[in-house]
Amino acid sequence: MLVGMKRTPLYDEHLKLGGRMVDFAGWALPVQYTSITKEHLAVREDVGLFDVSHMGEFFVRGPGALDFLRWATLNDPARLKVGRAQYSMLSNDRGGVVDDIYVYRTGVEEYLVVVNAANVAKDWAHLSRLAEGREVELEDASYAWALMALQGPRAEEVLQALTDTDLAGVRKNATLTLTVVGVPVRIARTGYTGEDGFEIFTTPEDAPAVWRALIEAGVTPAGLGARDTLRLEAGFPLYGHELTDATNPRCTPLAWVIKDKPYYGREAMEAATCDERLVGLVMERGIPREGYPVLSGGAPAGRVTSGTQSPLLKKGIALGWVREDLAEEGAELDVEVRGRALPARVVRPPFVLLGKKK
Amino acid sequence: MNIPEDRRYTASHEWAKPEGNLIVVGISDFAQDSLGDVVFVELPEVGREVEAGEAVAVVESVKTASDIYAPVAGTVVEVNEALADEPELVNGDPYNAGWLFKIEPADASAYEKLLDAAGYAKVVEEES
Repeated sequence: MLVGMKRTPLYDEHLKLGGRMVDFAGWALPVQYTSITKEHLAVREDVGLFDVSHMGEFFVRGPGALDFLRWATLNDPARLKVGRAQYSMLSNDRGGVVDDIYVYRTGVEEYLVVVNAANVAKDWAHLSRLAEGREVELEDASYAWALMALQGPRAEEVLQALTDTDLAGVRKNATLTLTVVGVPVRIARTGYTGEDGFEIFTTPEDAPAVWRALIEAGVTPAGLGARDTLRLEAGFPLYGHELTDATNPRCTPLAWVIKDKPYYGREAMEAATCDERLVGLVMERGIPREGYPVLSGGAPAGRVTSGTQSPLLKKGIALGWVREDLAEEGAELDVEVRGRALPARVVRPPFVLLGKKK
Repeated sequence: MNIPEDRRYTASHEWAKPEGNLIVVGISDFAQDSLGDVVFVELPEVGREVEAGEAVAVVESVKTASDIYAPVAGTVVEVNEALADEPELVNGDPYNAGWLFKIEPADASAYEKLLDAAGYAKVVEEES
């Protein structure tokens, strides 16, 4: 087990904390330390810490960096001042999504692009091809960075105790460099849980010291299991599930990402019609799982792309694609759970109230 | 990993324990630990006739839904109603309060063909 898996710089920390290691996109990472439910609730009510060093990091530099990213991504990086970040996507030329990403403007002519671990090679090839002939330099810095996510209502309080920089003025989607426990880091007020929090970039060598300082400060280590249930409660998509090379973001609640400017693949993106829409589903009984059919009056109406029992609501929640005419908020549909049609109501995510601060 | 010697096991991680002329069935400590937090248990109908190895129940954790197989053929005569309100009993006490269902076996000798604790320990070792 786990032979040949890549290890993050925090691998030994996970073992010390009793993390149950699994293979995620070729990386050995903890699915949980004690219990997915406990780790989930720690993030919602207190503060938790994730190792997300498996994520890919690309730098885009040069006089043509902005023009290049305006062409390659669906959101508009022209809106980013230095020290600001935005959620975005890479489009293909078939009306689909190569990856969903985060773009940070780290300098006047420098951007940091964080991509999904499973897509690093694909994204790199895609961006390299689009960069040909442009005044832009790409660097794959995926192995040069460790990345932690400190998430939860007490995130600011905990991190503030470890740095002299005032964090109260660091707004959502802001990014800056500072010193934490004597270690130079880049932080961003971003995350994938729906809670307030910070993502912390360090060198691989410095990562364990920062991780240990946060754990010693009382932060709950949280694994991939809680990361998935938290993002699902927040209604965030996971690439490979809700978003793929064949899914059109115009037909999802993330259509806001697409800004009115020239971009790669725009014609195909706009030519496609939305026969199905991505919606949230809530069930009073039964737990929806990926691949389960969505039904309307017994007839096929769509399919679940991610589902679980919400640890907060203690109800089944799911994201899924549903036939366009049935995708209205409040629509009463069914999800087929082991041969039985159980009621499911269409809702607009998030499934829970998010983002309180302590 | 706790593997009591007072009962027998299957390679699919159920345990079976004689109680009078019945067989009580649950999942092993290893199984509950692998599944993680159990949030729902779907139990068979009382009176259902089952084959050995037939999927008869489902234990759902936060992460996944897992089929539970009948260790022996027979008739389901009782199910653990307490799990409807407290599915977490499967995690907290898998060998006692977290039992799933009881079978009246079609063949009383079928139980003897299941794995003993030592045999099951090898299965667990291979999967760990």
